[in-house]
Amino acid sequence: MINVVVIGNGMVGHHYVEQLVNSEIDAKITLIGGEPRPAYDRVHLSEFFAGRSPEDLALTTREHYAELGVDAHFGDPVERIDRDNKTVTTSCGRTFDYEKLVLATGSYPFVPPIKGCDHQACTVYRTIDDLGNIQAQSKNAKVGVVVGGGLLGLEAANALKHLGLETHVVEFAPGLMGVQLDTGGSAMLRRKIEALGVQVHTSKATQIIEENSAGETRLEMKFADGDSLATDVIVFSAGIRPYDQLARDAGLKVGERGGIDIDYHCKTSDSDIFAIGECALFGGRIFGLVAPGYRMAEAAISQLSSDPIPFQGADMSTKLKLLGVDVGSIGDPHGKDPDSIAYTFSDERIEVYKRIIVSADGKKLLGAVLVGDCSDYDTLLQYFLNDIELPKDPETLILPYNAGSEPALGAAALPATATICSCHNVSKGDIVDAIDAGHCSLAAVKSETAASTGCGGCTALLKNIVDDEMAARGLEVNTSICEHFAHTRQELFHLIKVGGFKTFDEVLEKHGSGRGCDICKPTIGSILASLWNDYVLKDQHVGLQDTNDTFLANMQKNGTYSVVPRIAGGEITPDKLIVLGQVAKKYNLYTKITGGQRVDLFGARVQHLPAIWKELIDAGFETGHAYGKALRTVKSCVGSTWCRYGVQDSVAMALYVENRYKGLRSPHKLKSAVSGCTRECAEAQSKDFGIIATENGWNLFVCGNGGMKPRHADLFATDLDDETLIKYIDRFLMFYIRTADRLQRTSVWMDNLEGGLEYLKRVVIEDSLGIAAELEQQMSHIVGTYQCEWKTTIEDPERLKRFKQFVNSDQEDEQIVFIEERGQLRPATEQELQTKLQESA
Amino acid sequence: MTDHKQPTVLCKISDLIPNSGICAKAQGTQIALFYLPEETPQVYAIGNWDPIGKANVLSRGIVGDINQRVVVASPLYKQHFDLVTGECIEDSEVTLPVFAVEINEDSVVLTD
Repeated sequence: MINVVVIGNGMVGHHYVEQLVNSEIDAKITLIGGEPRPAYDRVHLSEFFAGRSPEDLALTTREHYAELGVDAHFGDPVERIDRDNKTVTTSCGRTFDYEKLVLATGSYPFVPPIKGCDHQACTVYRTIDDLGNIQAQSKNAKVGVVVGGGLLGLEAANALKHLGLETHVVEFAPGLMGVQLDTGGSAMLRRKIEALGVQVHTSKATQIIEENSAGETRLEMKFADGDSLATDVIVFSAGIRPYDQLARDAGLKVGERGGIDIDYHCKTSDSDIFAIGECALFGGRIFGLVAPGYRMAEAAISQLSSDPIPFQGADMSTKLKLLGVDVGSIGDPHGKDPDSIAYTFSDERIEVYKRIIVSADGKKLLGAVLVGDCSDYDTLLQYFLNDIELPKDPETLILPYNAGSEPALGAAALPATATICSCHNVSKGDIVDAIDAGHCSLAAVKSETAASTGCGGCTALLKNIVDDEMAARGLEVNTSICEHFAHTRQELFHLIKVGGFKTFDEVLEKHGSGRGCDICKPTIGSILASLWNDYVLKDQHVGLQDTNDTFLANMQKNGTYSVVPRIAGGEITPDKLIVLGQVAKKYNLYTKITGGQRVDLFGARVQHLPAIWKELIDAGFETGHAYGKALRTVKSCVGSTWCRYGVQDSVAMALYVENRYKGLRSPHKLKSAVSGCTRECAEAQSKDFGIIATENGWNLFVCGNGGMKPRHADLFATDLDDETLIKYIDRFLMFYIRTADRLQRTSVWMDNLEGGLEYLKRVVIEDSLGIAAELEQQMSHIVGTYQCEWKTTIEDPERLKRFKQFVNSDQEDEQIVFIEERGQLRPATEQELQTKLQESA
Repeated sequence: MTDHKQPTVLCKISDLIPNSGICAKAQGTQIALFYLPEETPQVYAIGNWDPIGKANVLSRGIVGDINQRVVVASPLYKQHFDLVTGECIEDSEVTLPVFAVEINEDSVVLTD
């Protein structure tokens, strides 16, 4: 057994320990971390201010290390390495022996030597403790400045923005993210970030930071060019420096500008000591990204095995979202090779910038920059990493493609080693193997390989490969919704719309076979309702509806129903609240307040539904469509009317939105919410469409979801006025209704939408398909033909005939039995039911 | 007729809902009646109790066909039951009672 001591428990140190435990190497592992907590996700640090707790960010726990048999120590940093005796000693004086020592000490933020930078409101951005400090300093603050416009600086700016501060970024260089972006990309990024309300100041050298005695803010920064900037908090994020002091003190070789020198084996100048991650210097370079650090960890571990693999540098290509802006950088973004050829596409209207750098012979991709639209990233990265020969006209790779056309890189062109999903390190070969093993659908491949379950950036490419491989094997991709229709839902929608069909029988006759079933009937029923908005219980439609729609109520496990009146925006008068209580009491209904800000009444027998609804409608309620695949609720906070922080009237907007879209039938249920400020009390970012107030209007988020597989909504458009907001939602919803699969929520729809968010933006905002007017007109038809289905029903004696337990008797269903619990009724369990029935028999 | 009970009138044809179901009660039993006007026969009767979902709900399911067998889908957990044999398509161990019904002038009658 080999005795390994690991110093440092950042992401790379953690990866090393995990991989070593999982390897076949017999090792005794001691881990010493300087921070008080086990490893956490530093990449997503700014989400701490978006509500992720330290626990959410944690990559592991003390208990987990204990389970792995790792002797882990935290909050007691190593102070000294004694190479002669092969021991390390911590600041508390504990000493550990090692045979092999691994330095994963990481880096620290560089704070430029500016006079006044030691003020307590000057902070750094690196650890969870730093975040706590930033948060404390931001209390009662209005303005925050980040010094440094690189990748980390912009992450820090996101953090300040989440804290609700007026956010500035000050950069010494002429542009943002100078390492990863060329001048044009950098300018586009600036434009986009400024549109989000972050103020950018470039070519600014800060000379002094002073207390601001006169002004409203705490500090004033003075720049070399004579300008100044007032602020309350400053975050330094102007680069990192390797933590190499331990190595220096131990006499290990370090680089001139810092960093522990390592060779291909990740060994330092002492062959029993390894260095990995941001503290290590390889080929004169520090690798400040997590993926290369992981590769170093794996290489270092392999040196302990019989099969060592070298570390040969790492690709620094990266794709990320900074302040919600997509940014991608591949290879050499600056075109340092003087013979290289660059192609640039820039569209200032939609704020997209793309540039590729190609070898002199036009055959190989050397680098790329993407800002505002990363949909081409995966394809470009594959060309770059695998040295694939470019198409004859390389510019086609970045020109806007027409909807529906194939992505430029054919799946067949990729080698088996090509990494398709970089989050889960899934290669094309892994995908082919999964299909060979019988996982013959996109969903099956996803769940088998985990491909495309991380950031989802490779969704389109993955689908391409799966389709291609299936076709190569002669396997047909069956997209029929059921045995009666050889069509997808999207195709059916189109056929019904173009054919002008108004009933299921017409559609079946023209495009289907057999009698239909419980799959195609509700699907077509829903499409008919989305298109023509007929009353769903008409003779020709009633047989298509699921029982919930048939009885305009949700069937519960014992065959009774729930009653859910609409309470738009969650706003309700005391009188109406009293009516709900009175009705519940009269009909002995179980009452529960829901997450959607309304009140559900459970346990109604089918024959009581009309009487219950008559009382509710007489009191001014209307149906809540809780039973339908339709708009459910639009949740809201109290907004600017009452709240000290609210900037817009979220309740009025929620009422408007809920009343506009109520009754809209869709492929699945739809939920929405409106928050009156960025504190987001209405949780709009977990909804199918969410609206968050800003000082200037509304930000629209789309395709969020809670439930089984939560999905954070995507920011779709910012600072919209009321009219534009509604216009975009109209288009968005109708486009979803047209193109989604049956029972596909907006979140899954988005994950499977080729071209993703950017494509959706082009369709909705820029009208790239030329259908916006039609979508709006369809929505306006639905809005204009709304009816309360319960009101229509209770006014029609023919419809009411069905609301009986028995056609030939007024008796009740005696197998529905309730038990009292906590002052209300609940359905009897199976055993209780048997007992009751025996008693009465 | 000695082997048969007296036919019981369950309801009028006008009480039925085309391409859908209702429930009748006869001799203490709940019977789900389905009316498919285009088919022969036009009326089908099976037990209303869903032995998988454990509630009296089958008359409220959607009717259709699976491999040419006329079926109803349980509104609770969506298993399909053959309207002619009562067999559950997903679980052949489960079979529902089937009742002989016919249309007699304007009425639906139970014939056994």
